[in-house]
Amino acid sequence: MSQQQFMQNPWSNWMKGEGPDSDIVISTRLRIARNLRQHPFPLLATDSQAEEVVRKVTEVSETEAMKKLGPLELIQMEQVNPLEKRVLVEKHLISPHLAEESRKGAVLLSNDESISIMVNEEDHIRIQVLMPGFQLQQAWDMGTKIDDIFEKHVNYAFDENRGFLTSCPTNVGTGIRASVMLHLPALVMTQQINRILQAINQVGLVVRGIYGEGSEALGNLFQLSNQVTLGMSESDILSNLYGVARQIIEQERVARRYLVEHSRITLEDRILRSYGILQYARTVESKEAAQRLSDVRLGIDLGIVKNISHLVLNELLVTTQPGFLQHHAGQKLSPDQRDERRARLIREKLSARQ
Amino acid sequence: MNCEECGKRQATLHLTKIVNGEKTEYHICEQCAQEKGDVFPGFHNFSIHNLLSGLLHFDPAQKKTQDTPANKALRCETCGLTYAQFSKSGRFGCSDCYTFLGDRLDPLFRRIHGNTQHIGKVPERTGGQLKRRKELEQLKQALQRHIASEEFEKAAEIRDRIKALEQKLGQS
Repeated sequence: MSQQQFMQNPWSNWMKGEGPDSDIVISTRLRIARNLRQHPFPLLATDSQAEEVVRKVTEVSETEAMKKLGPLELIQMEQVNPLEKRVLVEKHLISPHLAEESRKGAVLLSNDESISIMVNEEDHIRIQVLMPGFQLQQAWDMGTKIDDIFEKHVNYAFDENRGFLTSCPTNVGTGIRASVMLHLPALVMTQQINRILQAINQVGLVVRGIYGEGSEALGNLFQLSNQVTLGMSESDILSNLYGVARQIIEQERVARRYLVEHSRITLEDRILRSYGILQYARTVESKEAAQRLSDVRLGIDLGIVKNISHLVLNELLVTTQPGFLQHHAGQKLSPDQRDERRARLIREKLSARQ
Repeated sequence: MNCEECGKRQATLHLTKIVNGEKTEYHICEQCAQEKGDVFPGFHNFSIHNLLSGLLHFDPAQKKTQDTPANKALRCETCGLTYAQFSKSGRFGCSDCYTFLGDRLDPLFRRIHGNTQHIGKVPERTGGQLKRRKELEQLKQALQRHIASEEFEKAAEIRDRIKALEQKLGQS
């Protein structure tokens, strides 16, 4: 796959909502932070030291063991323009930090974009695995496999007391951050979300809105992830997260059933109004788009909106973002122009399947 | 995550406001926070890393501040990062910083993770070597004990095991 295809094609493996529980869990992400023993962390590294890290990591990516997992394409941040970087951020393939602040930053991407290995982000190596639906264990299995391959060829910064050493003390120990992206419209509508968010903070996990602020998360999308990385084993971290996510999923299902049983007309009205507006709107800003797309997604899950697949919604989640819109247009766009293009894109996608 | 104000820079300030049970979160960058200082009182020049250094300066278990002159003079011999710089930035410069700062980091880790000791995955290659080195140390101590108590047969047995281990370590 060429570098251009990563930018042009909105489809990442994580958007192919065929995973388990994909009515609520959009995607699962697992990140492993690792550093090389002999090199200063990227924050203090010189250009030549940083280049050496890229070279070493690339060498490992070309070993037989790694090639078995599929080819990895190297993209260096210096060689892509700001819009292209933004597209990669919007697809969750790289972090904003790598795009904007890294020195000699690079990313290795697998063809289906389920594996992304960031180099010279805050840490030398950040292995990231992205999967559709609720697949924590599968993501960890893949991540730890890649980690083992690296470990055979490079000397990791590891301490028997502190575990894997990282640039930021919040990642030390296992170096893993596991997260699930949850669509929780019914918990927001029934105003239970705040209670749940507060409870979660007490069990070593964090929730945040994906594109918006806290309890008013844009598009009712929330990211649940582990906070603690030291003093807990990987399997404890994962099962903790799994258990809490499972609970939230069940709560959301209960809330959805409650809404269908007790306020069917109000619910249908809200969903179909949003569906109607998106089919006819000539301009729509990102915040409204996110909210209305969330309504339509819920409508699909409840069988109120028919003939549209989840996949279209996942695609729109990415393609209606500012970077993607502009990259697709091939030029910078003003906010007004973006709203217009966003409306057109959504119209085309939603009406084509009628 | 990008700043919600300018939408350009990375958001480094994450502020949660709870008014009458209504929870609102803001994610903004430092520049915008400074401009909007009146909206976020007390948040001038404040970032997540300041927060970390706040955790570093006080150990509730010991009820005393860690910010002593002796600590301030500490410096990582490998990358040159000083304790003062670390407590300001909240970031390590290299893997040796952990060794130089040593158990002074315990209060910080306790606050962030509730723990100070790693119990997860161990790298097979370097970790395996670590285990062997530990074993070697223990064997050498046992050897001394047996010699001191004149149990020479046992000492000879342990000497052979040490030799075998040392060979293994030398190979890898």
